[in-house]
Amino acid sequence: MRELSLHILDIVENGITAGAGCITIAIDESGPADRLTIRVCDDGPGMPAQKALNLEDPFMTTRTTRRVGLGLSLLAAAARRCEGEVAVATAPGRGTEVTATFRHSHIDRAPLGDMAATLEMLIVGNPQVDFVYSHRVDDRDFTLDTRELKRELAGVDLGDPMVARELTESVRRSLRELAAGGTPGPGRQPDVEAHD
Amino acid sequence: MSKLTIEDLQRIKEQTTKSTALRQGDARVKITVHMGTCGIAAGARAVMTALMEEMAEADRQDIRVVTSGCMGMCSSEPNVTVEILDEEPIVYQLMDANRMRQVFRRHVLKGEVQSGFAQGRL
Repeated sequence: MRELSLHILDIVENGITAGAGCITIAIDESGPADRLTIRVCDDGPGMPAQKALNLEDPFMTTRTTRRVGLGLSLLAAAARRCEGEVAVATAPGRGTEVTATFRHSHIDRAPLGDMAATLEMLIVGNPQVDFVYSHRVDDRDFTLDTRELKRELAGVDLGDPMVARELTESVRRSLRELAAGGTPGPGRQPDVEAHD
Repeated sequence: MSKLTIEDLQRIKEQTTKSTALRQGDARVKITVHMGTCGIAAGARAVMTALMEEMAEADRQDIRVVTSGCMGMCSSEPNVTVEILDEEPIVYQLMDANRMRQVFRRHVLKGEVQSGFAQGRL
């Protein structure tokens, strides 16, 4: 994957397929610690510990359309390349939490990419699911909660193409401000521009 | 904690009042963008972005866009399925933003199947 935001799209889709009703995506970029952390939590059915052990095995999948499952193993490979790792916490009935860490300045770390586009796809493609997105860059942060949004925009269909376009532009603008807000630390680039 | 501003929310709300009548009844066209790992890696998000732009331009209330997982044809991703009421579903393969625009304008809006990109009938 060329962008971490595509990995995120992929991992979140896993949670949706598993039947989650609300998915939390948290991104934390820390300059002093030179760390990028991505956490995706869902309130789906979770899985037994035995199964969670094999999650990074590309030949482990529940699907029937093909015999390999690559989403999480690709993310784990990307994290390991960048002096990071992937951890999965899950239990039946308790949802699943996937945490991926990266060295922020690692030369092999893919850019975060167009998170606004990823969020648009998720919101438009899955109207029955709620999303909570929080993005922290050092001491600044941005939060988008579709439950809140649906309350404040009572009656507005977030899946409407015109609405989605306006929403995505707003999110993109906010993320750009978030990235530009502070002075970039050593080896850091503002990271939320579109790459495709 | 920063969030979308009131102005942002107002702009979003305006868009809804603009998009005229409420959606009535069932959708006549369903467009499925397949977003498994394979689809995403092959560029399904860019296809979906182009599709959303076309949808916003067309402003048609009887078209639904949905995403789904892998359909087992990973080598021809990104795949897009177009289902028009009372017609056979068409699967388009190896899509990109431009092909998506063409399929939307010709097939979805005018009913001309773009057989050059079509994989076959489900």
